[in-house]
Amino acid sequence: MTKRFGGLVANQGITFDVAPGEIVGVIGPNGAGKSTLFDVITGFYQPDGGDIRFAGETLTGLRPDQINRRGIGRTFQKLRPFNGMTVRENVTVGALARAVSTGAAHVEADRCLALVGLAGKAGAFARELSTGQRKRLEMARAMATRPRLLMLDEVTGGVDQRSIPDLVALISRLRDAGVTLIVIEHNMRVIMSVATRIVALHLGEKIADGPPADVVRDRRLVEAYLGAAYL
Amino acid sequence: MGDRGRRALLAGLGAVLVAFPWVFVNPYPRDVMIRIFLYALLAQAWNLLGGYCGQVSLGSAVFFGIGAYTSSVLSLWWGVSPWIGMLAGMALAVLVSQAIGYPCFRLRGHYFAIATIGIGEIVQTVAINWDAIGGARGIWLPIKPETLVNFQFHRAKWAYYYVALALLAAVFGLTAFVERSRLGYYFRAIREDPDAAQSLGVPLTRYKLLAIAGSAAFTALGGTFYAQYVLFIDPESVFPTSLSILVCLVAVLGGVGTLWGPALGAAVLISLSETTRIWLGGTGKAVDLMIYGGLIVLVSVFQPGGLVGLVGRLGRRPGGPASPTPVVVPQGTG
Repeated sequence: MTKRFGGLVANQGITFDVAPGEIVGVIGPNGAGKSTLFDVITGFYQPDGGDIRFAGETLTGLRPDQINRRGIGRTFQKLRPFNGMTVRENVTVGALARAVSTGAAHVEADRCLALVGLAGKAGAFARELSTGQRKRLEMARAMATRPRLLMLDEVTGGVDQRSIPDLVALISRLRDAGVTLIVIEHNMRVIMSVATRIVALHLGEKIADGPPADVVRDRRLVEAYLGAAYL
Repeated sequence: MGDRGRRALLAGLGAVLVAFPWVFVNPYPRDVMIRIFLYALLAQAWNLLGGYCGQVSLGSAVFFGIGAYTSSVLSLWWGVSPWIGMLAGMALAVLVSQAIGYPCFRLRGHYFAIATIGIGEIVQTVAINWDAIGGARGIWLPIKPETLVNFQFHRAKWAYYYVALALLAAVFGLTAFVERSRLGYYFRAIREDPDAAQSLGVPLTRYKLLAIAGSAAFTALGGTFYAQYVLFIDPESVFPTSLSILVCLVAVLGGVGTLWGPALGAAVLISLSETTRIWLGGTGKAVDLMIYGGLIVLVSVFQPGGLVGLVGRLGRRPGGPASPTPVVVPQGTG
């Protein structure tokens, strides 16, 4: 898949597969094209070349809501809760993607809030939550749409160190719930502990793809993150 | 306040409104209340699109005029009952709303509002130059026997009062139902963040079109009532941009995206308008608009949630089904 913005090539010929049950980590320095990759897969941008296929069906040309209804959910790098709605109402919006009634959506919303540990905050407004709680809220909201593939964009970004182990455990719980995951992450300790495979991007290109232990030793990745002096 | 308390308050309010014409038998207070009901209805119609769904329209007059003209023309030309004409006006307004909404919802931010102003001006100009429907001279509705079927009551205003109250109650009831339904959740999600809403499976255009359809239908209903109440319509009275702006102001003052904001806003602004008119007579023209403007500035600066937000701060329970976002101008279109 290729995506350009005028003269800037954000993603150049990126190709990889994701198998059911995997947790694929996507890493790379700032500006590598990670979030653009997410935006193209989820329909916010259309690719300029190549194709996105999910469960045998092409996603190219579909709108974001159509892609979600085919089984792909996501969170955002810059948090986007519905601040004027309560936590429960936020997740109910997601649950309505599959629920036949608002009553059924409320039940699903409560289930997802319990899964992420926010059941006690159901009545609070989203704007009252801490950063870590908003991250959980976005995950619950996306989970409520019952995705087969969940794409998490920088789950630990802006979260205090004490909250990170809980978020890591939550990612594992999501995988155990039967969801395949693609996770963009800058925190190498987190991604090494959860990912079954890592895809590394640099300047819009894929430079590594494989088990975490192999990828982190890849010369091109070390050079991209730390510079040639560390080779 | 619990649910039981709210129901008791609602019942009390209903009893007061039903009893009002029997206590205030002069036509003037009844007329003021009728106009409060009409503007509350129009503001609630605007609220469905601009408040709940975040698509700020300044073209309500288009649908108001369609309602007024449709029922009036059908009555004048073919003797159709205004109640049937009301339904026809609502249907036509819905069709026009889809024709307006489909291209205009592609516009982001304030450009949608600007487009609705332009469309309103175009429609008014067309009506002025359309001789078949009276052109600039307008339409005088013929005086018919005083019956509910004819929707004309000549001897006293109390019948118009109860019709207006019933229509307002119906619109409020439907809005309350929408607020708690899938429509309400999706409208508010679109208002809060269209992209995030899309990522959760919300089809933006479909739900925006539903919002403008509902808004247009309710507004047209108000137009038919106005035509039957005044028995004269012309482009200046039913299609003016000033009407669209006033309807928006009523909702903003009362509280956008809330169920009771339009009613509160109408009660305050219409009462204010009448007070300045009585107090200052002919010299008071536009003083009420100056006061409106001042109120909007105060609301925007100190209480963006409107009068409902102010009441809510005094005793709002978290987790209620609809809580206003404290911004006056909703986010741009997606």
